[in-house]
Amino acid sequence: MADRLLSTVLLALALALAGNTLAKDAAPLADDPVLQARVIRIAEELRCLVCQNETIAASNADLAVDLRNQIRVQIGQGRSDAEIRDFMVQRYGDFVLYRPPLKSSTLALWLGPFVLLLVAGAVLLRQIRRRRAQIAARELTPAEAERARRLLGEENSPAS
Amino acid sequence: MKRSLRFLLPLAVFLLLVGFLAKGLKLDPRQVPSPLIDKPAPAFSLPLLSAPDRVLSDQDLRGQVWLLNVWASWCVACRQEHPLLVDLARSGTVPIYGLNYKDKRDDALAWLKQHGDPYKLSLADTAGLVGIDYGVYGVPETFVIDQAGVIRLKHIGPVTPAALTGTILPLVDKLRKSGG
Repeated sequence: MADRLLSTVLLALALALAGNTLAKDAAPLADDPVLQARVIRIAEELRCLVCQNETIAASNADLAVDLRNQIRVQIGQGRSDAEIRDFMVQRYGDFVLYRPPLKSSTLALWLGPFVLLLVAGAVLLRQIRRRRAQIAARELTPAEAERARRLLGEENSPAS
Repeated sequence: MKRSLRFLLPLAVFLLLVGFLAKGLKLDPRQVPSPLIDKPAPAFSLPLLSAPDRVLSDQDLRGQVWLLNVWASWCVACRQEHPLLVDLARSGTVPIYGLNYKDKRDDALAWLKQHGDPYKLSLADTAGLVGIDYGVYGVPETFVIDQAGVIRLKHIGPVTPAALTGTILPLVDKLRKSGG
């Protein structure tokens, strides 16, 4: 029990310290909170090419640190967010963008899901129509009608 | 006919999916195609590693087909390709210029002394800013640049014998013949 408490406390301590180091890493980005928020906002939309599933804002790879600095420098030079994004795309390609632009090479990416949805919807609609037609077209034979009447009648009679 | 389609269609879709997945298995997600191919090589003007008081710019290298090899003493994969580059330099087929990326000068010089220096010259990109201009994200990287200063190929990762004899050298030959 005491062991458990101790390990919990140690874990909490380790996590707190880890959080602290991360914050320290991010600190030299910018002392001005408004500037820093803008750096992070741009960096969050950019993929780090070293660790491909992290953003430049989240990654601690050397390149990501350099690119965050680059964003800050360019903001200092008065560049717009779009200009900074273009700077990255010119060097690393559309792959750096977490939101790839709509153009002929990304058409399948953007429209593919909707096309699939439409196709699936059309197939479903056809199935439903066909089934409905099958049900409507089928009429009861006299024997079946008689049996149905009997069953309904039985249900209504209190005797059973 | 209709019945057979009912079974064949899902099979066809499945096979298509398998085809895509098989292709996907063979693709290397680390090989991100560079947008710089067939574009003018970004301008640079950097001090030489061997003589920091001398500066070399991209203009100085115009008029020849050359390789730009991005390397660093801290880069483990660079050791893998290095003997190949040393051999290539010895053969004199194509000039190799080094971009010493985010390295310390002493470390870089010691590394070249230890492993051999295949480079006509090495440029010291201490801050990694030229590396950013060239879209470098994983050292080593090798660019083939033509007479007019246009990037024709980017090889990401260590140069292998297959890549050298199969892609890089034939391209160098072709560029030399067409560019004069």
